[in-house]
Amino acid sequence: MSDTERHQYDVIVVGAGGAGLRAAIAAHDAGARTAVICKSLLGKAHTVMAEGGIAAAMGNLWPEDNWKVHFRDTMRGGKLLNHWRMAELHAKEAPERVWELEQWGALFDRTADGLISQRDFGGHRYARLAHVGDRTGLEMIRTLQQRTVALGIDVFMECTITHLLKDGGAMSGAFGYWRETGRFIVFEAPSVVLATGGIGKSWKVTSNSWEYTGDGHALALRAGAGLINMEFVQFHPTGMVWPPSVRGILVTESVRGDGGVLKNSDGERFMFNYIPEFFKAETADTIEEADRWYEDKKNNRRPPELLPRDEVARAINSEIKAGRGSPHGGVFLDIASRRTPEYIQKRLPSMYHQFKELAQVDITKDPMEIGPTCHYVMGGVEVDPDSAQSTVPGLFAAGEVAGGMHGANRLGGNSLGDLLVFGKRAGEHAATYASGLAARPAVDEAELERASEENLAPFDNEDGENPYTVHQELQQVMQNLVGIIRNEEELSSAIKEIDSLRHRIANLTVEGHRQYNPGWNLAIDLRNMLLVSEAVAKAAFERKESRGGHTRDDFPMTDYAYWGKRNLICELSSTGEVGTREQSLPEPPPELAELLEEGH
Amino acid sequence: MGYDLKLKIWRGDSSGGQLVDYTVPVDEGEVVLDAVHHVQAMRSGDLSCRWNCKAGKCGSCSAEINGRPRLMCMTRLSDFDPAEPITITPMRAFPVIKDLVTDVGFNYVKAAEVPAFTPTAEQPQAPFRMAQVDVERSQEFRKCIECFLCQDTCHVVRDHEENKPAFSGPRFFIRYAELDMHPNDALDRKKLVQEERGLGMCNITKCCTEVCPEHIKITDNGIIPMKERVVDVKYDPIRFFRRKPKAETR
Ligand SMILES: Cc1cc2nc3c(=O)[nH]c(=O)nc-3n(C[C@H](O)[C@H](O)[C@H](O)COP(=O)(O)OP(=O)(O)OC[C@H]3O[C@@H](n4cnc5c(N)ncnc54)[C@H](O)[C@@H]3O)c2cc1C
Ligand code: SF4
Ligand code: SF4
Ligand code: FES
Repeated sequence: MSDTERHQYDVIVVGAGGAGLRAAIAAHDAGARTAVICKSLLGKAHTVMAEGGIAAAMGNLWPEDNWKVHFRDTMRGGKLLNHWRMAELHAKEAPERVWELEQWGALFDRTADGLISQRDFGGHRYARLAHVGDRTGLEMIRTLQQRTVALGIDVFMECTITHLLKDGGAMSGAFGYWRETGRFIVFEAPSVVLATGGIGKSWKVTSNSWEYTGDGHALALRAGAGLINMEFVQFHPTGMVWPPSVRGILVTESVRGDGGVLKNSDGERFMFNYIPEFFKAETADTIEEADRWYEDKKNNRRPPELLPRDEVARAINSEIKAGRGSPHGGVFLDIASRRTPEYIQKRLPSMYHQFKELAQVDITKDPMEIGPTCHYVMGGVEVDPDSAQSTVPGLFAAGEVAGGMHGANRLGGNSLGDLLVFGKRAGEHAATYASGLAARPAVDEAELERASEENLAPFDNEDGENPYTVHQELQQVMQNLVGIIRNEEELSSAIKEIDSLRHRIANLTVEGHRQYNPGWNLAIDLRNMLLVSEAVAKAAFERKESRGGHTRDDFPMTDYAYWGKRNLICELSSTGEVGTREQSLPEPPPELAELLEEGH
Repeated sequence: MGYDLKLKIWRGDSSGGQLVDYTVPVDEGEVVLDAVHHVQAMRSGDLSCRWNCKAGKCGSCSAEINGRPRLMCMTRLSDFDPAEPITITPMRAFPVIKDLVTDVGFNYVKAAEVPAFTPTAEQPQAPFRMAQVDVERSQEFRKCIECFLCQDTCHVVRDHEENKPAFSGPRFFIRYAELDMHPNDALDRKKLVQEERGLGMCNITKCCTEVCPEHIKITDNGIIPMKERVVDVKYDPIRFFRRKPKAETR
């Protein structure tokens, strides 16, 4: 390994989405020698696709809004399984982080007074999402990318990290390969920030790209950290369903925030039939009240179309199952009959184009056909809320790869806020940790040898399986057996299937050479997908209740007494299998607990 | 509705390559990127291409389809005659890495050369007050997904490697325009963009605007107004000492 390319840094950030770039900026500002590493080109991470906005209680449109209301909405949206401290920090710090983007050149849509405009989203009591039309993520990533470049932070693009390195119990760096050449690269660094995003590419119908193979989740597990809340996977209620090739591509919640409604094949606004007890007090129960709410939020309650995503996704699922679906197996999302074409094109330009160009539907004239799509993982690396450090010294995590903040269900807009708030915290604390060490940790040469052998194994097999085939089978298993509605029998067969796939990936064959070879890259990513899928299936098997992004038809009720007080932690055993362990949920201090009561 | 599509895909690397024929089954509603994915999964697992969002939002999947620079994920197969093969080649203005993947590093160099946004003395600290009408023109340019198709198509660099050092290209002309039109930016980059970044080399052929998948009016709203402003600055030295005009002539 002596001829392998090597670099020394204080902090390396794995991932260049919103969380990773914000972490890198913070670490750099704190004086650390910092590098960012990402699988795609700079500016192409998932964050670029975010549409709706960044939730931050700035109170620009509704002075009544403040961090306490945002905290309450986040916790209730998460079915109270969130780490209260993360929800508190997020609600308090998100406005500052949004203004910082403006300071760096972001141009959000404005209110009549010239302030940052805010839009309505599901589960948020007030219009709260800072946005730019329906391309907020693009604005956010471009701003952070331009800042990163202006500060001169080193960026390693199209470089994939496959192994984390440890010295004793603590981080010492990371190992990976350049996609362009297939050559290996070693980063020696005492602090590693994981900001690798999500896991959704293990499902068939998904809004997620090829990058979402759960690399960070798997790297953390293998490094000895725990994953929390992995049973909670968010199925976004509105993905495209037709034509088949675009199935799963996201239709932003802003369509509903801006007035769109859901209808079944009878033309009924069915969400009124699905208002759960938990949200009755704050949800409109007539069409008239719901429609008045857009203009007058003080005297009216929120339309049921804007219930948290888990509720809406389940309702759509039930309508389709009951035979009231649309021709291609979804339901209708209608904004055409409710808003003018000018309004729709102004507020939702990229949705307009997406449907026009990919489905040949004009959303200013006709309703869209939509159905649930795998979108976001609430679960992730268990971290200390204030520092974003995992249980492994020197290993930090922020953004979608971190767990706890969103509990059992994430509210729309809370991810982009999360990236900024905890990205900054992770970067700062990673820098502090590195500068506080008496001696730099050493990289173990034997570990590098092993890592390189593992990565090259698929080239040694002659007649093994095609990685694309195994990937498709995994997607089918997760889609059918670990989807929106789950039960014991299906979960246990999922666990068996995943186990057998795991044996099969020991025998993959890839064509060609190491240079920019997607087949080889997928073969490596599959190991991560299988490990993370195992964690999801096992945690889902253990949690015998329904809550947020985890619905069991064999345990349809929410169990407040037992499961309402527990998180599940996934850890790796010495034999390489995922085990689960219950851990009691931290309780908020009384002044915060009070905010969660009804009527607040 | 499904049929067997014939594709000709350029395979090779910096040392050379050729068009390779593939036939893959495709379905109704599919786009060129789907067909490329079918080739990867069924015919040739090591075929290289870039993609992420599959919805025209990330600007990764740029290539030349029957010679025209386009996003593979937004090009529907139904736009083509099913009897004719579709030819996919990498962007020509950039060096090939492998197959459909090119080295777009040129653009990242040009991006790093742009002097960053710098708030004015009047409003040095966010939150800023800025009217919607005043941010809108810059917002149009910020829709750019950095697919670099405009860079690929611009004749100043397409077959003229020698022009690259002195020419930032249309994507970055609108970046300079965006900052110039930002209501709260203090720097004047007009002289820089004209004299050192190659704005003067653009002869307004509008080819860049034609290929932009975001439908940004690169020339009409970005390049031409910038050229006019540069002229203003050049012949009106007093303006050097004034703050950048807020209300712009349309
Ligand atoms: C279509 C869509 C719309 C959305 N809309 C919204 C919205 O309106 N509001 C909201 O709050 N949230 C939204 N979300 C969710 C939100 O966008 C994501 O959760 C968030 O952007 C994730 O950011 P991140 O920084 O954690 O990771 P990402 O932005 O996904 O970045 C991950 C980074 O990690 C890198 N990486 C991964 N693995 C490796 C590895 N092994 N080695 C090196 N690098 C690696 C990737 O290359 C990438 O750079 C949306 C999501 C989608 C898919
Ligand atoms: S208008 Fe200018 S920048 Fe655009 S393609 Fe023509 S020469 Fe290039
Ligand atoms: S201006 Fe248009 S064509 Fe050019 S890089 Fe941006 S999105 Fe692509
Ligand atoms: S894959 Fe994102 S633009 Fe085509």
